[in-house]
Amino acid sequence: MARRPFFWIIAAVVALFAALPALGNDIELRESLLLAAIYVTLASNINMMLGYAGYVNFGSIVFFGLGGYLCVWLMGSHGWPLAAALAAGGVAVSALALVFGLGILRLRGVYFALATIGVNEGVMAFVSTFQPWGGSSGIYLSPALFQPLGGPARALWIIYYLLVAVMAASLYLSYAVKRSKFGLGLLAIGQNEDAAAVLGVPAPRYKAMVYSLSAFLPAIAGGLYFFKSAFIQPPDAFDLQLSTETIVIAMLGGQGTVVGPAIGAFLYEQLRGWLLTSESFSHFQLVISGVLLLAIVLFAPGGLMGWLYRRWPRLRGILE
Amino acid sequence: MKRTLLAVALAASFAAVPAYAANEITIGMTVSRTGALNVDSTTQLRGAELWRDQVNARGGIKVGGKRYKVKFVEYDDQSQGSRVQQLYTRLILQDKAEFLFSPYSSGLSATAAVISEQYGRVMLVSGGAEEKIFQLGNKHLFQCITSAGHYLSGAIAELKEHDPHAKVAFVYSDDPFSKAVVTAAKKQAEEAGMTVAMDESYPPSTTDFTAIINKVISSGADAFLGGGHYADGATLARQMHDQKADLKWVSILVAPDSEKFKTLADAAVGITVPSQWEPQVRYKPQFGPTVAQFTKEFHAKFKEDPDYHAASGYVGGLLLEHAIEEAKSVDPEKVAAKLNAMDVTTFFGPNKFATDASDHGLQVEHPMVLAQWQKKGGELVKEMVWPDAAATAKVQYPLH
Amino acid sequence: MIGLLASLLDGVLIGAVYGLAAMGITLIWGVMDVVNLTHGSLIVAGMFAVYALAGAAGLPVYATLPIVLVGAFLAGLALYWISVHRVIGQPPLMSLLSTFSVNLVLVGLGTAIWSTDLFNVPASLPGFSLGRYTFPGTHLMAAALTAVIAGVLYLFLYRTRIGKAVRAVSGNREAAELVGIPTSQVLALAFGLGAALAGVAGMLIATMFPFTVLSGDAYQLKSFVVTVLGGLGNPTGALLAGVALGLVEGLTTPFVPVSWTLVIEFVLFVLVLIALPGGLVQLWPRRRD
Repeated sequence: MARRPFFWIIAAVVALFAALPALGNDIELRESLLLAAIYVTLASNINMMLGYAGYVNFGSIVFFGLGGYLCVWLMGSHGWPLAAALAAGGVAVSALALVFGLGILRLRGVYFALATIGVNEGVMAFVSTFQPWGGSSGIYLSPALFQPLGGPARALWIIYYLLVAVMAASLYLSYAVKRSKFGLGLLAIGQNEDAAAVLGVPAPRYKAMVYSLSAFLPAIAGGLYFFKSAFIQPPDAFDLQLSTETIVIAMLGGQGTVVGPAIGAFLYEQLRGWLLTSESFSHFQLVISGVLLLAIVLFAPGGLMGWLYRRWPRLRGILE
Repeated sequence: MKRTLLAVALAASFAAVPAYAANEITIGMTVSRTGALNVDSTTQLRGAELWRDQVNARGGIKVGGKRYKVKFVEYDDQSQGSRVQQLYTRLILQDKAEFLFSPYSSGLSATAAVISEQYGRVMLVSGGAEEKIFQLGNKHLFQCITSAGHYLSGAIAELKEHDPHAKVAFVYSDDPFSKAVVTAAKKQAEEAGMTVAMDESYPPSTTDFTAIINKVISSGADAFLGGGHYADGATLARQMHDQKADLKWVSILVAPDSEKFKTLADAAVGITVPSQWEPQVRYKPQFGPTVAQFTKEFHAKFKEDPDYHAASGYVGGLLLEHAIEEAKSVDPEKVAAKLNAMDVTTFFGPNKFATDASDHGLQVEHPMVLAQWQKKGGELVKEMVWPDAAATAKVQYPLH
Repeated sequence: MIGLLASLLDGVLIGAVYGLAAMGITLIWGVMDVVNLTHGSLIVAGMFAVYALAGAAGLPVYATLPIVLVGAFLAGLALYWISVHRVIGQPPLMSLLSTFSVNLVLVGLGTAIWSTDLFNVPASLPGFSLGRYTFPGTHLMAAALTAVIAGVLYLFLYRTRIGKAVRAVSGNREAAELVGIPTSQVLALAFGLGAALAGVAGMLIATMFPFTVLSGDAYQLKSFVVTVLGGLGNPTGALLAGVALGLVEGLTTPFVPVSWTLVIEFVLFVLVLIALPGGLVQLWPRRRD
């Protein structure tokens, strides 16, 4: 894999993410790139289900939220160090995803999509009443928890680098899966699940595996994000709108490709950042997302990468 | 098309660079212009704006020998926590805000406090009553309003006088503020000798209270204490009236204090609300406007009477101004020191902040009052009914 | 005991309206295999319509029903041609995403125009009292109107030629085309009907509870839960399932903290999806659909 140019393209992008803010000690850029990194992570991981296997996970944010809760709870109430809490969060959420997945992955198409919404809303409703996790008030973290990392200012940098690492891992994972036999099987399932099964692809097992796999890194990203926010509550953790935006991003960039979600995430985050503070347009975030998505679905289901590949077929050899 | 886009982008980037004026203090905040919290957040902002306009009309805040004008930079947080942190980071890093006002509501204030503490900025909290954020070890947070634990003490004291063994139903919104209020109130009620007939929270977005109200009726409760913010409080009042719940005593948080509550007409009669401040209070200020002056000036500018959110918005600015003048500096540490030492009375009432590390910034002096909607000559009027020293009318009990 | 009865009865009343909303989804699903994710926005549109007509224009509240019905129907036709027509026949993912994206646009525009303020429709009818409990007149009226509309829909589907065409297309689209039925138009009609049901459900809900631009999401989710319980594609099932869900809510609220009701609903939802894809109706012997 290291011999292919794409491997180094990913490495270059990651290096840029890591180096740019550090060079000028530009905190504002860092905050902006941090959000972009989260979007890339979420979009890349959802892409494995959406773009490869063809399953729309409307509630993918549930992994992010649960990972966040586990990390914050372990650190806040049980004094775990960051690394251990993140690892535990990632593993636990993946395991949970496997269990959920075994249940809902036997559903096809629309039923599956609806079920994922049900899972997200159900988990949110449950966590809102779950007192050990603060119920609807959520959990507050004391600033003292930043001390082991050298104080708040330094901790924020460390968190940023960790998130960049998570983003890199997502991109490489996406790439590795695509080039593996596992990935081939997923793509076959996405084309025609019954035919794939007949040809020997162990569809139920593969689907469960990718669902669980697509939960791991978002859970860790969630842990980092909510640790940084020092406060987690159900509506922020299980924000269905973020789930939605993740799908839009994956489709915008080009589902089924590795670089698509990354480009889509970056573009979308820039747009969103601008809309955030624009007095007249801050409500148009949803409208713009909607129009974009509609245009893509109706006219360019392959997204940006799909269009690029049609224009310059040579790119297929270099990018993924 | 491309050139227009480029032009627009360039123009936008110029607009984003803050106009850096020499003698100016920038105060940053987010406001809930939309979302469930927008009614009260907007009123709080108006109070703050009145303060800013009056200060600037006088030439600005006196800092040593110079005068600094006050500039606000505010963004819409849409009542969502996820935007608050991004926006406060932006306020500090990009807009270079020297001081901050909190968003409205305890939940959003908590989120903002994380950022203000990370960057060491003083933040005046006018809209967050929950105690939790002050117990996490902060150094620059200052709560201008009475904390949640004291909200319903007046209602319970008054209720005790009429029915010491009342059966009370606590029904409240599942949000940090309401939960904090009710947790404390339950204890106070039990200590006063009352029974808790029901204790239930509802999701903040609830619009249908039929089933809950039926449950209240089934529980045999005499009194109802609870609610949350404006939307649910108003709906509870209306539906209790529609379903003829006929309770002897109803205290609802926040909602009945707003002038908008009048639109409920008969459903509003008799409902009591704990309040941080009413235009009828009689505090004598050591500095700043008197109660009458504030009420008149607010009315003149906004064509409606101020409620306690407006007053708390104003007093946040007033206390900050006083601290800056005393410190003769805009350095956050010096201003914080002056705020820590403060023990004053303004039109809003007495204010003093806790200085202990375990609850730094918590408001320890400011008291609550209890108001009730009564029908006087066919008109709905909000009267103060507790404490007796401040009362403008006799309390109506039972409500019906 | 009376308390429980009151709770159950009220649950039935409100549940009927949920059923009406769900009928909108299930009809579209049954006819063209499309899950209409603009459903929530259509419900909200119905709410704002009655607010505007009854409040601003001063019409008597219930007289707005035919206007809302027709308006929503036309909106449904428009939505069909904009977002659904091009993706009929493609994988269901596409229609999911296309209706989803239109919903985003509608909610975004609605928020930009009306913000997220709370709105109330001034509807009040004398209620019916049972001991200490009162059933608001608006709930009774809403349930009654739901029954009427459901009845009219039934008559339409089973006693008119167009209704027959709709059923034919939902049964087998190719065969229907071969027989000369203009399928595109029938599909558009069916979509319009589904939208009309959503709009009217919204109107009725608005007479009972306050709403904001964002209320659509919650009711859409409830509609999905009911639709799944009743079996996707089964309008009668949807109505019955709505009542059933209302009963479940009425049954659990007296005993369980209110905040658990949502959790129970979603667990039920996912379980039914997994175990009984045909809905709860699968459980009892099939009657003529």
